[in-house]
Amino acid sequence: MSAHDHHLDGHLPHEPEKATLEGRNKILGFWLFLGAETVLFGTLFAAFIALRHQTLDGPTADHLFELPMVFAATMILLVSSLASVFAVQALHQHKVKPMIVWLIVTILLGLGFLGLEIYEFNTYVSEGHKFRTSAFSSSFYTLVGFHGAHVAFGVLWIGLLIAQIFKKGLTVVTAPKIYVSAIYWHFIDVVWVFIFTVVYLMGKVG
Amino acid sequence: MKEDAALAAHAHTVKRYRGLMDWLTTVDHKKIGILYLIAGGLFFLVGGLEAILIRIQLIKPMNNFVGADTFNQLITMHGTTMIFLAAMPMLFALMNAVIPLQIGARDVAFPFLNSLGFWTFFAGGVLLNISWFAGDIPDAGWTSYVPLAGPTYAGGHGVDYYLMGLQIAGIGTLLGGINFMATIINMRAPGMSFMRMPMFTWAIFITSALIVFAFPVLTVGLVALTFDRLFQANFFETGNGGNTVLWEHVFWVFGHPEVYILILPAFGVISEVISAFSRKRLFGYSSMVFATVLIAFLGFMVWAHHMFTTGLGPVANGLFSIATMLIAVPTGVKIFNWLFTLWGGSISFTSASLFAIGFIPTFVMGGVTGVMLAVAPADFQYHDTYFVVAHFHYVIVGGLIFGIFSGLHYWWPKMFGRILNEKLGKATFWTFFIGFHLTFFIQHFLGLIGMPRRVWTYLPGQGFDTMNAVSTVGAFLMGIGTIIFIINVIVSAANKKPVANDPWEDGRSLEWSIPSPPPEYNFKQLPLVRSYDAWWNEKQKGNAEMPPAEPVGPIHMPSPSILPLIMSIGLFAAALGFMYHHTIIGIVGIVITFACMFTRSVFDDHGFHIEPEEQEKGVHA
Amino acid sequence: MMNRWRVLKRLLPLMAGMALLLSACGREDLSTLSPKGPVAQKQFDLMTLSISIMALVVVVVFAICIYVLIRFRRRKGDNTIPKQVEGNHTLEIIWTVIPIILLLILGVPTINTVFGLSKDYSKDPEAVQVTVTSHQYWWEFEYPEYGIKTAQELVVPTGRKIQFKLASGDVTHAFWIPSIGGKIDTNPGLGTTNKLYLEFPNEGVFRGKCAELCGPSHALMDFKAKAVSQESFDRWVAAIKAPVAMPADETVKAAFESKCLSCHAIGETNAGSAAPNLTGIGSRQTVGGILYNDTTPVEENLKDWIAHAQSIKPGNQMPDVSTNVSYGPGKGTTATGLTQEELDGIAKYLASQKLEY
Repeated sequence: MSAHDHHLDGHLPHEPEKATLEGRNKILGFWLFLGAETVLFGTLFAAFIALRHQTLDGPTADHLFELPMVFAATMILLVSSLASVFAVQALHQHKVKPMIVWLIVTILLGLGFLGLEIYEFNTYVSEGHKFRTSAFSSSFYTLVGFHGAHVAFGVLWIGLLIAQIFKKGLTVVTAPKIYVSAIYWHFIDVVWVFIFTVVYLMGKVG
Repeated sequence: MKEDAALAAHAHTVKRYRGLMDWLTTVDHKKIGILYLIAGGLFFLVGGLEAILIRIQLIKPMNNFVGADTFNQLITMHGTTMIFLAAMPMLFALMNAVIPLQIGARDVAFPFLNSLGFWTFFAGGVLLNISWFAGDIPDAGWTSYVPLAGPTYAGGHGVDYYLMGLQIAGIGTLLGGINFMATIINMRAPGMSFMRMPMFTWAIFITSALIVFAFPVLTVGLVALTFDRLFQANFFETGNGGNTVLWEHVFWVFGHPEVYILILPAFGVISEVISAFSRKRLFGYSSMVFATVLIAFLGFMVWAHHMFTTGLGPVANGLFSIATMLIAVPTGVKIFNWLFTLWGGSISFTSASLFAIGFIPTFVMGGVTGVMLAVAPADFQYHDTYFVVAHFHYVIVGGLIFGIFSGLHYWWPKMFGRILNEKLGKATFWTFFIGFHLTFFIQHFLGLIGMPRRVWTYLPGQGFDTMNAVSTVGAFLMGIGTIIFIINVIVSAANKKPVANDPWEDGRSLEWSIPSPPPEYNFKQLPLVRSYDAWWNEKQKGNAEMPPAEPVGPIHMPSPSILPLIMSIGLFAAALGFMYHHTIIGIVGIVITFACMFTRSVFDDHGFHIEPEEQEKGVHA
Repeated sequence: MMNRWRVLKRLLPLMAGMALLLSACGREDLSTLSPKGPVAQKQFDLMTLSISIMALVVVVVFAICIYVLIRFRRRKGDNTIPKQVEGNHTLEIIWTVIPIILLLILGVPTINTVFGLSKDYSKDPEAVQVTVTSHQYWWEFEYPEYGIKTAQELVVPTGRKIQFKLASGDVTHAFWIPSIGGKIDTNPGLGTTNKLYLEFPNEGVFRGKCAELCGPSHALMDFKAKAVSQESFDRWVAAIKAPVAMPADETVKAAFESKCLSCHAIGETNAGSAAPNLTGIGSRQTVGGILYNDTTPVEENLKDWIAHAQSIKPGNQMPDVSTNVSYGPGKGTTATGLTQEELDGIAKYLASQKLEY
């Protein structure tokens, strides 16, 4: 059945990720998982919104947030999402090398985003905004930190997939994995847009 | 043929396990269903024992059978175990055993994840119950309100066991929800449109959607409280700006859909059993589908009816009152459709159908007390009293558990190739049914005359004494009923007479068209579905088998794997490590978990094939 | 016949239950089924309305169910397949519309009462303002208009609105006087104070309960609401504000001041404390909420309580004579170590703290 298709006539079907039942299941299952993740982040947002004014003696959002840096991080993540779009385009054109290049760009930009975020958190801690400082700080670090953890996981995952492509090539088995990781990457980008708006922009406006 | 040669060239030697290793590595939905049933059944007994101990303590005023601390631990563990470790897994048992068969599929969409779901549930359940042996047991109720469950008032590790146990078990449930949604969307047999699916399949489909959208809310709540307790976060620490009502909101946004997750599958079972044993198609199928969808949808809009007395204000209380009452409408639609399925039918009273028929008046009683509770000002009297305890036991036990007993008796031959003894089944029903009403009907009045819930004891002379004693007697009867069921299981296991494909002779859906139990691959040829009640309609046309949708050929099967078990052990170790601040163990556990995920990603599962010759011999799971 | 017997077997436990219902209206001063005030009465009216509508539903469902089971049971040897019915549009509409109408009948009074019972009398000069603070495991009542703090016994005048502001000093509890009106939670934390009003038309003592799991002694967190005439209430206010003398005996006085007044307050002494106020404790209905002074003399109850508080109310924040506090924020508070002489003396002194009103 499925896993052996690619041997039979030598070249890849048009949308290799959807060519097998397993591939289609993986994609559908992943969209459903993202539905669950949406609710997860939604709840984290709700908790943050409920607690965002409880700063106690600690610094407030307005005081802490440097919009230029956060804007830079946002741009980095948005461009990384664009890179993963190009990667999937290359996948559909069966062009393995460009696909790998774009995937590498994606994770490099992701690492850049994470680097900025680590720097940002470090600055906050030195300004007295620690995880334990207040309800605001706990919910801030949990929400933004969870997102950062998702980015980190994505970087590791896509890195692992790049290695798999090198070893196994682009097949109807590896194609769904790449496709699904790209959807995941877009998702965490969308979540970031909401974080930028609800946490940082709303934090500045009060 | 060229294909055959190519396939033969790629024939993989896959390890096929036997005995214990078979069960530890299986990714077969039928075996996983049995695993869920055994584990869920064991936890049901644990929860049941906790219930008996609670009722013994309450048999008379100022009793000292157990101390106050122990009592609060018993009620917490009873509720948590019954809902998360007994009821849900037994539903997952039926889901696993039946859904792929009902839709004409060979397995679920993600067999590996299915196994992972079971083992994470089991690891979470074991973790929660280890608390008894650690002497540090959660005692803040299954709802774990803060600040009672927070670091100040629940020092020690009791609540941590609750948080970690549920977190791990919850992973399994979420995976199951995703799995069954994908399975039902993508893997129905040719010709089975959505509106030709059996009602049980619809119920599971909608339940799975509820799971996908409700469980992540609980995840966040558990994480937040874990952070408060382990890492001094301030989500719920009022001294530092935290908000205790926030916990209630998060918990109940999960908690209310959770009770619909519990009951919708039972509704599905009732539809199947009533239809089969009255020899009639389900009355009003499309209304039933629509009503179930509406119940699920509305179920997300009513959570604050658990919080009427929290101080949300009249606007919120008014809105949630009305929204809650509205759920009665689609629920009533379902009740009447079941009654009119029976109407004009040829009703046979078997153990399975007795439980389904007993469900109807019992669940209606539970439902009407639900409407009473929905009236917010009246709820100011009912809330946190035995009236609520009576209500939810009526719907959960009288609804869900009756549904499970019904489903078990009905599908037992399909799952095990054995039929449960009818005499013992009827004895189970009557003891359990009478015991149930005796235990819980009287609790409505206890609540009305002023007995709060979660009380370790009560003063004499308040009018509570006799009613509590009666309730305790009923509980023992329920215990006896359960024991009779277990005896039935053992006794009928010994009876090795082969069971027909369609032992009730009135089977309507696809699972009755294949052997009992089915071969490992379920269907030798995927069936062609030409109507609703597909199997029954083929029988009416005079066919002895379902028409096939494909030729006979080698069947591709997924490989067994030990990784789900190891991953769950990793999570288990990680949880214990972090709880007891042994960071090394925590990290080792996480590493094991990620290593398994890595292995699964890197080493593709090519599966194996069952050739037509083996199919002729009848390969049994 | 076989199936009528089955049906009766099913109805029997229900009928037995109904009979018990008639015999169990409960205590007059505790049951929600014997409302003793207008708030409880309105709630009881809604309870009756809802159960009547629901009883109708239950009767209809049960009737159809019983009829169907008897009329359409499979006769022996009958193997015919009944007529397969897909559905019935008219019936579907009927059993959708009628429940909606029933819900309207229930919903409108519900909304009216939701808003009616949430009225705020905080600014009403005719109302009596009471601040309630819940603790593990006792109730604190403050009357800010009168500058009074007391505990465990809520004394109120009849015929006036009593406006409560409620909060908690530790975990979440719930304030409930069932025969007077429904309950409300007491939350900890700023900005979470709840409001509730009640009315007591008749004099009497009414039982109050905690109605939210709050720890081991949640079951024992009873309090009393005592409704008295306006004149009696005025006398109570004066009596409770009267100065209180310390114990006469020097040993007892020393023990009382060092061991008790470190947490408790009495009269003007230690007026801002975090433990129950002891003024007038001799004339309360109970000691510790659950030791009744009508069955056992108050002095005996006081001795019992001071000596064994930790075992009478497990988890409570008061150490007794020999046991430290073992739970919660007060964990580790050492036992009082009072001698028998000191204990007897304190109990006698407190028993004599009676208010005449």
